[in-house]
Amino acid sequence: MRPERTHPLWLAYMLHRWSGIGLALFLPVHFWMLALAITDAAQFDAFIAITDLVIVKLAEFGLVFLLAVHMFGGLRLMALEWLPWSAPQKTLAAGAVGIAFFISGTFFLQAV
Amino acid sequence: MLEFRLYMAQRLTALLMAPLVFGHIAVMIYAVQGGLSAAEILGRTQGSVFWFLFYGTFVFAVSIHASIGLRTILHEWSGLKGGLLNAVAALICAALLALGGRAVMAVTLL
Amino acid sequence: MDQKDNTLKVTVSRGTSGEQFEQEFEVPAYENQTVLDVVSWIQQNSDPTLSYRFACRVGMCGSCAMMVNGEPRWTCRTHVKKVVRKNTLSIAPLRNLPVVKDLAADMTPFFDKWVDAEGYHHPTRTRHDPMQEVTPNDEERNRANAGIECINCAVCYAACDTVANNDAYLGPAALQRAWTLYNDQKNENGQAILDAVSRDGGCHSCHSMGSCSLYCPNELDPMSAIAGLKRETAKNLFRRRR
Repeated sequence: MRPERTHPLWLAYMLHRWSGIGLALFLPVHFWMLALAITDAAQFDAFIAITDLVIVKLAEFGLVFLLAVHMFGGLRLMALEWLPWSAPQKTLAAGAVGIAFFISGTFFLQAV
Repeated sequence: MLEFRLYMAQRLTALLMAPLVFGHIAVMIYAVQGGLSAAEILGRTQGSVFWFLFYGTFVFAVSIHASIGLRTILHEWSGLKGGLLNAVAALICAALLALGGRAVMAVTLL
Repeated sequence: MDQKDNTLKVTVSRGTSGEQFEQEFEVPAYENQTVLDVVSWIQQNSDPTLSYRFACRVGMCGSCAMMVNGEPRWTCRTHVKKVVRKNTLSIAPLRNLPVVKDLAADMTPFFDKWVDAEGYHHPTRTRHDPMQEVTPNDEERNRANAGIECINCAVCYAACDTVANNDAYLGPAALQRAWTLYNDQKNENGQAILDAVSRDGGCHSCHSMGSCSLYCPNELDPMSAIAGLKRETAKNLFRRRR
């Protein structure tokens, strides 16, 4: 019903916004867990143990994706705003790098 | 002018973080090999000035970057504005700095 | 074509802001027909109280833009066969603006923001001075030329989600005009323009979603113009510090 929203640059804008929200929500949890490493090592290791679960592995995969997509989306935005290139070139370049980064990053994590 | 300053701060922290994100992902890939444990993380990071500065800078930049982004989204999607909007954004920034600072201290000091 | 194909089902938004409702009309379909023709047919044959705005009918005056099937269009240059879906059309006043009545949007906020962005001429000379020479191939001149064909139709303003979400945002048209004037050698006081677009709601509120450039009926690129303002204001910040 909102066709004006469903074009590539609009989707890039939404993806950047939602990945940012996702990362912002994840950060406090991440910080809190790391602090546990010293205050309560046993509980930290118990937490780490659940990262072996498949569902948690998928969540980690998602986080790496959010990080990669937010970073490359942001670099694309800054290139578009500050460098005198044309818009389609930047979208393509950033998209390609983003996908490559995502695949290689998750490959490494899964390979462990 | 406030929004222009926030715009610049958000982009400058983004540029600062770009290499840190690469570094962090490299550390993640390296660290998860053979499983994670508190002892392993602390063994690598404790007493290291390098990791203190690396993650300290990261926490500082991400707190500013994320609170500015959330401020914009809160304004656009919830209609929050004026002093209240700025207070909420400042609170988010302070909370991230406090939590992140505590985490960095925990894993690098001593 | 059978009888069914010869008729368009047209849903028209009626009323003023806060009291809007939809009304259906049946309009004869023709091979060559613009959306403005459809609206005019309704006003002339079904309901003379239907309010809408148009002037030139040839895509120059920028007064007939409306939402057609949810997308902002210049209705005088939009063929029905390009936008019709299953013989139906839905026509509404431009998004992101108050409504005077029916299909006539109130353009006041749009033009107020145009002025807020310093989007008007700041002359460099008087009639007693010799004419300023402008070199057509100059890089600055080409940047100014890129946005000069704007007809103030507000299609970009209606397409932009940032305008929808942020009352203070000046919008693509006003910012593009500011960028055009900033690059125009016949325009003085570029600093006033940079200051105006650096205020809250200025060019830095833009998220580069690009709906403005996608929908501009004259195929202009306000998104890149706004990017130009972002670049100049950022550079200017460092210039001023020194």
